[in-house]
Amino acid sequence: MSRIVSAIVNNHPGVLNRITGMFLRKNFNIQSITVGTTEVDGLSRMTFVIGTDDSRVMEQVTKQLHKQIDVIKVNDITDQPIVARELVLIKVFVPPAQRAEVNNLIHPFRASIIDVGRESITVEATGKSEKIEALIALLRPYGIQELARTGLTAFTRDQSSVSEGLRVSKNSTLVI
Amino acid sequence: MNTSLQQPERTSEKKSERTTLDGSHMLLESLRRESVEVVFGYPGGAMLNVYDALYDGGISHILSRHEQGSIHAAEGYARVTGKPGVVLATSGPGATNLVTGLADAMMDSLPLVVFTAQVATTVIGSDAFQEASVVGITMPITKHNYQVRDVEQLPRTIKEAFHIATHGRPGPVLIDLPKDISAAEGKFDYDKPVQLRGYQPTTVPHRLQIRKLSNAIRQAQRPVILAGAGVLHAKASEELLQFAEFYGIPVVNTLLGLGAFPGGHSLWLGMGGMHGTYAANTALYEADLLINIGARFDDRLTGNLEHFAPQATVAHVDIDPSEIGKNVPTQIPIVGDAKESLSMLMEESVQIGDISVWRTKLQNLQEAYPFWYVEDGTGLKPQRVVELVHDISNGNGVVVTDVGQHQMWAAQFHPFRDPHKWVTSGGLGTMGFGLPAAVGAQIGLPNEPVFALLGDGGFQMTMQELSVLVDHNLPVKVVILNNAALGMVRQWQQLFYKERYSHSLIPKQPDFSKLAEAYGIPAFVVDSEEDAAAALQQSMKIGGPVLIDCRIAPMENVYPMIAPGKGLHEMVGVKP
Repeated sequence: MSRIVSAIVNNHPGVLNRITGMFLRKNFNIQSITVGTTEVDGLSRMTFVIGTDDSRVMEQVTKQLHKQIDVIKVNDITDQPIVARELVLIKVFVPPAQRAEVNNLIHPFRASIIDVGRESITVEATGKSEKIEALIALLRPYGIQELARTGLTAFTRDQSSVSEGLRVSKNSTLVI
Repeated sequence: MNTSLQQPERTSEKKSERTTLDGSHMLLESLRRESVEVVFGYPGGAMLNVYDALYDGGISHILSRHEQGSIHAAEGYARVTGKPGVVLATSGPGATNLVTGLADAMMDSLPLVVFTAQVATTVIGSDAFQEASVVGITMPITKHNYQVRDVEQLPRTIKEAFHIATHGRPGPVLIDLPKDISAAEGKFDYDKPVQLRGYQPTTVPHRLQIRKLSNAIRQAQRPVILAGAGVLHAKASEELLQFAEFYGIPVVNTLLGLGAFPGGHSLWLGMGGMHGTYAANTALYEADLLINIGARFDDRLTGNLEHFAPQATVAHVDIDPSEIGKNVPTQIPIVGDAKESLSMLMEESVQIGDISVWRTKLQNLQEAYPFWYVEDGTGLKPQRVVELVHDISNGNGVVVTDVGQHQMWAAQFHPFRDPHKWVTSGGLGTMGFGLPAAVGAQIGLPNEPVFALLGDGGFQMTMQELSVLVDHNLPVKVVILNNAALGMVRQWQQLFYKERYSHSLIPKQPDFSKLAEAYGIPAFVVDSEEDAAAALQQSMKIGGPVLIDCRIAPMENVYPMIAPGKGLHEMVGVKP
């Protein structure tokens, strides 16, 4: 099983390198990282999918992340109510005769065709990783020519903003 | 010591009063604001602006003969003074020569602020002359690092660096300074407080956790304290002594924690781990409550984790939460400074049960199984040399070691009574550390006798630093335990590689006494206990550095020992 960790970090040059270097150094098995800005200037959110279910490893992941000077807040959000999405682009070999069939196939996934070539189409979909996996499995028999996934990005449902999260962090003492 | 270390007249005072300075003078003014008295360094092209500013005075500079010497000296200085060691190095090779020292300081949690020069911002990334990506290289081996791209950010960066290096768990912080930034003019403002949202170490522990530990102490029948270097960093030796004496709990030190609890005290069991005492390792193995204060459960301490403290409830006091539960499952985690934690524990002052049987057992073991060596006529015993060093200073000297057999003999046969008198490379195990670290220790404690106990292998890795002893007439007594071998490697090859001594025997070592003389350092060569004692006596009468080449028994091994993969209860060589 995988765990999802969300971190708010300073938006400085080198921070991503610093964090991924720490993962390498500590031998943590990382499945995906996404990074993007937040609603607060100077802060970014990183979402990590960690390929372990070992509670001691996860404790170390969050502690080692928290130890980084550029990390403001860390949360293992796997077991919390979260909104989680991943974007995938899939270029599939589909001759014109089969396009209607594929279009019907991807419809329940709320995926859409965003590019059409002579021999292929490109499908875009967003959703939880399981949904993306299912869509890929469905399209694989047609012949996937190229595939690009963003990795998961997520935050908790009950946390309305990053700034609110920071307030919580500021007022709490780190107790294990 | 000669006068070159005296504070020169501050000819740059006028500059510090201006609100606008160039980057180099900003750097120096910032160091003054941080009460830095001495920096260790080596000049080079990209650092010339800073070195030119240094010429104006105000800060003493110790010129090493290799950048590795600078940073180990800064480590020695930091270890004995508790103050951050400051290092200057140029770009490229100057900076990369610091890598070993940075990793060493990171492993042993020593506060350093390291300035490396960088090529000008206009050519960064162009593979310019003496360019190296120092921030990238040193990211994994520093507590934090910076590259300054705007001269007006330099004061804030330096202030943050000192804050990070010295607050919470100490560690090395590096600032990479491009040459054009060190020349650029800008507004100097050092008054803004440090604001680091992502770095707010918890120093005061949670009362609930303290109570949990107090309750565990109340119920314990076989408690033991494991005291690490965290006690020394927090300057909590006095509190540790009070705590241990109040409850009568025996104390085991880690290698780096030696001196945190007075060696020779009736509750002291000595060092634990691979070459520790039988009593200390028995205590760790049989304890029902293990109170770890500021140690990180290094594998050389724990041995095989499957057999480590199998019956114990583990309490771990550490200012770095990531150390708690990292290696050993911990039932009572306490995040906080050792001094604060011990003070709060004393406030609880619970009634402890009768643990006299446990205490007596361990004290008896300590007496029955002391460290030993056999006077078998095979030559000068290195253990005896360590005892002589202890005797000559009445146990008051600062002992600095390199890494290897001699390091373990020093840890075993020199009971450290006082904190901050023991300087060694514990975590990284850096050969070549000893001589330059002794330079820094002597600069930090100019009035204390400093002994550099070195092996012949490690000495040759940084022996060029003898020059620095001469430059400043530092009265370091360099005692080489010379067995013409890489002793610890040879011992492992003897024990675990069927006596196949692959590249560990070096019978044609140079004549170290002649080398010393070439540097202008008086030297002795000794191969008997009587001569060693006489040479040490003589050396104490000489005001400057002295080198004593002790030709020791070549096949002497470090015992007792726990073989790799074995548990603390599987010591060998406990008795002769």
